Amino acid sequence: MARPSLTRLFGPIREARGVPKWVVIAGIAITIAFVVFALFAPWIAPYDFDTYRTADGVRFPKQGHPSGDHLFGTNVQSTDVLSRVIYGARTALEVVILAVIFSLVVGLPLGLISGYFGGKLDRVLLLVMDSLFAFPYLLLAIVVAFLLSDRLGRGVMTAAVSISVVYVPQYYRVVRNHVISVREETYVEAARALGARPRTVISRYILQNVIQNVPVIATLNAADAILTLAALGFLGYGIQPTDAAEWGYDLQRAISDAGAGIWWTGLFPGFAIVTLVTGLTLLGEGLNDVLNPVLRRRPIQAVILPERQSRLPADEAGV
Amino acid sequence: MAGGQQTTSLRTYALTRLGLALPMVLILLTMVFLLLRVAPGDPITAALGGRLPPEQLEERREAAGYNRSLAVQYLEYLGNVATLDFGETIVDNRPVTRVITQNGAATLELTVVALFVALVVGIGVGLVSGRYRDTPVDVAGRLFGILIYAAPVFFLGFLAQLVFAQWLGWFPTSGRASPVTSYDLDTPTNLFLVDSLIALDFSAFSDVLSHLVLPAVTLGLVTGGVFIRLIRVNVLQTLQGDYIEAARARGLSERTVMWHHAFRNALVPVITVVGLQVALLLGGAVLTEQTFNWPGIGSELIRYLNNRDYIAIQGIITFFALVVVIVSLLIDLLNAWVDPRVRY
Repeated sequence: MARPSLTRLFGPIREARGVPKWVVIAGIAITIAFVVFALFAPWIAPYDFDTYRTADGVRFPKQGHPSGDHLFGTNVQSTDVLSRVIYGARTALEVVILAVIFSLVVGLPLGLISGYFGGKLDRVLLLVMDSLFAFPYLLLAIVVAFLLSDRLGRGVMTAAVSISVVYVPQYYRVVRNHVISVREETYVEAARALGARPRTVISRYILQNVIQNVPVIATLNAADAILTLAALGFLGYGIQPTDAAEWGYDLQRAISDAGAGIWWTGLFPGFAIVTLVTGLTLLGEGLNDVLNPVLRRRPIQAVILPERQSRLPADEAGV
Repeated sequence: MAGGQQTTSLRTYALTRLGLALPMVLILLTMVFLLLRVAPGDPITAALGGRLPPEQLEERREAAGYNRSLAVQYLEYLGNVATLDFGETIVDNRPVTRVITQNGAATLELTVVALFVALVVGIGVGLVSGRYRDTPVDVAGRLFGILIYAAPVFFLGFLAQLVFAQWLGWFPTSGRASPVTSYDLDTPTNLFLVDSLIALDFSAFSDVLSHLVLPAVTLGLVTGGVFIRLIRVNVLQTLQGDYIEAARARGLSERTVMWHHAFRNALVPVITVVGLQVALLLGGAVLTEQTFNWPGIGSELIRYLNNRDYIAIQGIITFFALVVVIVSLLIDLLNAWVDPRVRY
């Protein structure tokens, strides 16, 4: 099952030309760079994300200007900005991967069932999901994070769940609509006519078709999820600052620095967010351009027609 | 004949659409109630627990009616919302309706100006980008759109404060007006721009405007990023239409084809998108208000969240839910009025 879908995914990328191809490549490069930061943070970062003094117990400068010891400077808590930026990639990756998995695990089955069986269940689910979707997503995430922080604490789990509440309706919607259009295809009808159970039809015939959309949506949602995570952190409903480095929280602390002309505490975490979100968006958009046959532009190739060898009798006749 | 038919179908559409909006309101209100009233226990204990002796807490609970069954409280909540009563905050005994009229006005002022900025930027860049597809201009436009979309509003706000307030000193960074202005100005509408115009106080007007520039442009740019993308795609799709080819075949100048045929049609869906953006704009407003110390309803929401004032949170969230449903209803009706295809 994995093989054909992988060639389906990578084939068009190889085939693509011009701008879309470079868009995908740039997106992949940026994303990989951040994944490397996330995986190898302890080896890449000069200090721990919460280290505020040297091994000899000398405290780092407070809001120290970028220098040889601290390439990106230090912040108001005397921690190293560069190290926090690198460790932030780890937090972002953890939360986003969990959030995408949660949203898929809930949204995909709901969409499949709702789209395939239709009827009352479909109408009720659609209305609930649409209501959720219409609501300002950030407010929804804040309220959920606020309520969950009492029970789960303010960790990666709380952040991931709050973010997935926002994206479940999106996955649901896309999957449901796709299922509805696929449901009427002849091959699905044939499977049903052969007596396949709904479970078989859904998992073997419909899911396989619908799942192709997932890479594009998941990448674009991951980009969005990073922004949501940062927003939660900025408002003080993200991850407990003592547990992990998080870019949104760092920016919140940096806002008051701007008035004092201290630029390095906010600029670098901000750049990290912009770069990673841009990378993921380029990847998602590029994949969409490349995979979506409607938008895809194939290179125009000259067609060489075989030379006419024999004249047809009708031509011979002349008239 | 035709006119009569049109009004009938528009009315039918409006009624159907209204029929969809009501269950949506009910679902949202039920969710708000379940999340904020049922899940955490009673609001009095949540906000004041530990600060008042147990007997007094019990008294306040009894007085506020939290000892009754949840079903009764739910019905009462729905009834209150129907009469636009959103409750009274626990920590500072303020009716939520006053939070809405006072701080909501600040948010309204911010979001309306931001929406204007977003439309100007989004339509401008989007049209040019779509018209010159795959040229360097398009790539630049798309990249701008993606970068702007990728920038959290509070990061743009940080940069704006750094450059335009700290280094250049052009604009103030926090609040809606300088202390003198806010002391002197009569605020019947709470929309300071309008109030200063009513008072014909132009120095106050320019003071208010200079406070508004950075937050509104910041929020507007972020929102505009989404418009760029959508308008570009619309232009691309419109340009593939047969009637564009027909117009070109008739020998019309490229400029006429673009302005009268392509752009006009590419802009109709913008109405729908503006409706969808309102939710995004409200979320962005919360962040912008925190960044620029803007005393809007979003800042108040965060303050009440920090104080664990469930009644205030519930009231404000309920209000947001109503706003979202009403705006999307209005946008759909407007759309149906402009574009007859929507009605069928």
